[in-house]
Amino acid sequence: MTAPNAKPLIKSKFFVVFVPYLWLFLFFLAPFLIVLKISLSQTAIAMPPYLPTFDFSEGIGAAFSELKELSLDNYAFLFSDSLYIKSYLSSLQIALISTALLLAIGYPIAYGMARSPKAWRPTLVMLVILPFWTSFLIRVYAWIGILSREGLLNTFLVWTGLIDTPLTILSTNIAVYIGIVYSYLPFMVLPLYAALEKMDESLLEAASDLGCPPLKTFWVVTFPLSLPGVVAGCFLVFIPAVGEFVIPDLLGGSSTLMIGKTLWAEFFSNRDWPLASSVAVILLMILVIPIVFFQNAQQRQQERDS
Amino acid sequence: MAAKASGPIKRTFTPWDDPSAKPFIQFENVTKRFGDFVAVDNLSLDIYEREFFSLLGPSGCGKTTLLRMLAGFEAPSEGRLLLEGQDISGVPPHRRPVNMMFQSYALFPHMSVEGNIAFGLKQDRMPKADIDARVAEMLRLTKLEPFAKRKPHQLSGGQRQRVALARSIAKQPKVLLLDEPLGALDRKLREETQFELMDLQQELGLTFVIVTHDQEEAMTVSDRIAVMDHGKLVQVASPAEIYEFPSSRYVADFIGDVNFMSGKVSAVTDGGVEIRDDTLSCSIAAHLENPGTKVGDDVWLAIRPEKMRISLDEPGDTATNCVSGEVWDIGYLGGVSVYHVKLANGNVVKSTVTNQTRLVERPIGWEDKVWLTWPHDAGVVLTA
Amino acid sequence: MKKGPSLFNVVSVTLGFAFLYLPIILLVIYSFNSGRNVAIWAGWSTKWYVAMVQNQQLLDAAWVTLRVGLLSATVATVLGTMAALTLVRHGRFMGRTLFSGMVYAPLVMPEVITGLSLLLLFVAINFDRGFWTVTIAHITFSLCFVAVVVQSRLVTFDRSMEEAAMDLGCPPFKTFFVITLPIILPAIIAGWMLAFTLSLDDLVIASFTTGPGATTLPMRIYSAVRLGVTPEINAVSTVLIAVVTVGVVAASLITKRQEAERQRAERLAGAAP
Ligand SMILES: Nc1ncnc2c1ncn2[C@@H]1O[C@H](COP(=O)(O)OP(=O)(O)OP(=O)(O)O)[C@@H](O)[C@H]1O
Ligand SMILES: [Mg+2]
Repeated sequence: MTAPNAKPLIKSKFFVVFVPYLWLFLFFLAPFLIVLKISLSQTAIAMPPYLPTFDFSEGIGAAFSELKELSLDNYAFLFSDSLYIKSYLSSLQIALISTALLLAIGYPIAYGMARSPKAWRPTLVMLVILPFWTSFLIRVYAWIGILSREGLLNTFLVWTGLIDTPLTILSTNIAVYIGIVYSYLPFMVLPLYAALEKMDESLLEAASDLGCPPLKTFWVVTFPLSLPGVVAGCFLVFIPAVGEFVIPDLLGGSSTLMIGKTLWAEFFSNRDWPLASSVAVILLMILVIPIVFFQNAQQRQQERDS
Repeated sequence: MAAKASGPIKRTFTPWDDPSAKPFIQFENVTKRFGDFVAVDNLSLDIYEREFFSLLGPSGCGKTTLLRMLAGFEAPSEGRLLLEGQDISGVPPHRRPVNMMFQSYALFPHMSVEGNIAFGLKQDRMPKADIDARVAEMLRLTKLEPFAKRKPHQLSGGQRQRVALARSIAKQPKVLLLDEPLGALDRKLREETQFELMDLQQELGLTFVIVTHDQEEAMTVSDRIAVMDHGKLVQVASPAEIYEFPSSRYVADFIGDVNFMSGKVSAVTDGGVEIRDDTLSCSIAAHLENPGTKVGDDVWLAIRPEKMRISLDEPGDTATNCVSGEVWDIGYLGGVSVYHVKLANGNVVKSTVTNQTRLVERPIGWEDKVWLTWPHDAGVVLTA
Repeated sequence: MKKGPSLFNVVSVTLGFAFLYLPIILLVIYSFNSGRNVAIWAGWSTKWYVAMVQNQQLLDAAWVTLRVGLLSATVATVLGTMAALTLVRHGRFMGRTLFSGMVYAPLVMPEVITGLSLLLLFVAINFDRGFWTVTIAHITFSLCFVAVVVQSRLVTFDRSMEEAAMDLGCPPFKTFFVITLPIILPAIIAGWMLAFTLSLDDLVIASFTTGPGATTLPMRIYSAVRLGVTPEINAVSTVLIAVVTVGVVAASLITKRQEAERQRAERLAGAAP
């Protein structure tokens, strides 16, 4: 607002900006710097299990001399051991394939919802959101009972006579795909629906009026107009899927390599915090480009709305 | 500014012509910039107590900005704003004795009609009984009694408009600012409400500053109209003066329909002027409002279409103020018809005729050769 | 031009919803299985629910989760609303890009990274891990979700309502509480509910940031699941699903009824003089 009448507001305005800013700075941004620092440290059998710890009680000088102990050893190790590189690549691959599957499955659902009678739409949207409110862990768990060798799917298929020996689905990458698609479906459907619902139906009528056949209308009118939703949905599922832990851990097998799982194991089982940190740093570097893209898209969306 | 030939126009309320009258609101060389963009450009304006003042102008010319500065939502970048002689530039909106009726009405959706009307009074910590009495009074004035307990979304557009009005006058502000208050209403309701607004202003004795897009509305309700363009005032005058004595082609064109004839001044007589144009078969004789005009100046004669007489018969004197042409188009508007006459030089001149007879008996038809004439005092000679 | 939904649309929506709901329905049904094997139906029983309420560890964990959820959702709602106000109302200010980055990035940040980095922060500043660290962690990521929800309401908020209040003599600070807040309240409540369920739901970040005595329900469920599928977990899951479903459905029914009332009233108003 304007200069003179803004005066009494200045304090509260500053407060409104400052408090969440400080919070996010302290608990979101600052921790990354610590991760970066620890990724350059050495593993130690101590608590905390890394060196140097920069104990400032011994004076700045001592802390400064410890600076020299930082090294890139962890990163060198990451790149020398093919396990990590394979984990990264396999994570990206799984996330990419899952995103493609989600788009292929989510688009018809979102499209059907957006073209449904107006009165149903709020209910349909709620039905998409509802599973998202129920626990992620429980939804993943539900699939264990379905996909396991003695699980419901195999029992059903054997009972129908389609197969006679149970299929092994649990503990394979297929189960991971199913899990990711299932858990992330609302995140794909909702932005797609939002974009498709906004679209004026008279555009389709105009296109067909001008002689465009329905399928072509879809490709030249509907799909391009829904692109913001497609982009938002893909980022919204791809980025977290790359670092997914619960799904590969519970549904995948020992051969399922995903970086979230590797990091977890490095941290909790091997207690190698510096190595886990460097795994996180590299993962962040891989994701930083899509994250910045996502953030820009969000901001543009917001500016367009206002 | 206003043409000084205000003789024939009768007025009773004309404080702006009285040098001893003190202006109520004064803009003194006010400029408002948004970044590099100048929304209001070095504007000076006096508004008098109890005046019904209209701001008229094309979209984006700075009308809303002017109101918002008065209400205190924007501070002038330069210049001063005075209310009753006091500089109010530093007074925040909630301490100004000025209330605004918003274009979007800005009714509080979570409060009833009563709650909305009482809101401003509660801010003044008025005793409850007084608030109730005032709210009842406002409901009566705006004929909203049956809807007192409703929420804004339970009202029709016209009812909402009246709630917004009631809310903004409940505090009996010294000045009421109205930003396109009737913009969202249909034509019939708008015309009714215009008269209600005028009655209300008379009854309460308030000063109204109203922004409107609708020139007819401005003509109907105002004591004075300010025509704005690009952040500047072009003319400030009473509706009749603005219509009959526009100060420039811009104003003439903006308010109502007008024909322009351009030419050079060929002779200046006592209180009159002769204009010639090579492409025109006649010379033009007109009253002169602008004493500075000399022979050889480029000027325009602005004549309203209803002041152009149209006839199928050749008049006696065709040498001055008489042109002939062919009926190019006829616009039938019900009460009047507008004849578009194409002259020999290719210009089209409009003439409005009241339809006193039924359509079938109308004598002038398409492609008829017609004569247009006008008296000396029908048009205004404009130099800009 | 009005056609019913096409067959293709009906089929894709139906299949989609079947895919979304079938696993949950099966999970709920098998929580009433009297046998231990999840795939073989051995008759109705509620014994797993009895086992569940007798499992003290589970109840303790539920209590921790509830406390963390209530506290973190409330703080996150306050901070998230402030962040949304900042994003929508404060045009350009120093560090705005950084700020909006910090608000949007946690929405997609892999949980393992958030969890690890927060833990390392707590270790570095020597903060005892437990209830408080989990709460702080949950506030941090759920405040961003609240900010997005509230922000989407704020961008459509007609600011002339605030101006009208000030014009009528209401000071700016008071205006926020009597005008702005009541109007955006539904979005704030939705934000709170989202923050609360996110907190109830979180396994990864809690696992990193927790300490002794602050084991949350998802952590308990996770360790039980790792040991194999048992109907007792199905029972716990069913209870959680029921609680959330009732909450969400009730909330949406209330808003729906208000909407219907509004529409009825609008029709009435249309008929009035
Ligand atoms: N807050 C602002 N920031 C930047 N430019 C602004 C702002 N407010 C108004 N303007 C600009 O100032 C000019 C005048 O705006 P204003 O709203 O006063 O026009 P107006 O005459 O009321 O137009 P309309 O008839 O369309 O309401 C416009 O060009 C507008 O773009
Ligand atoms: Mg305006």
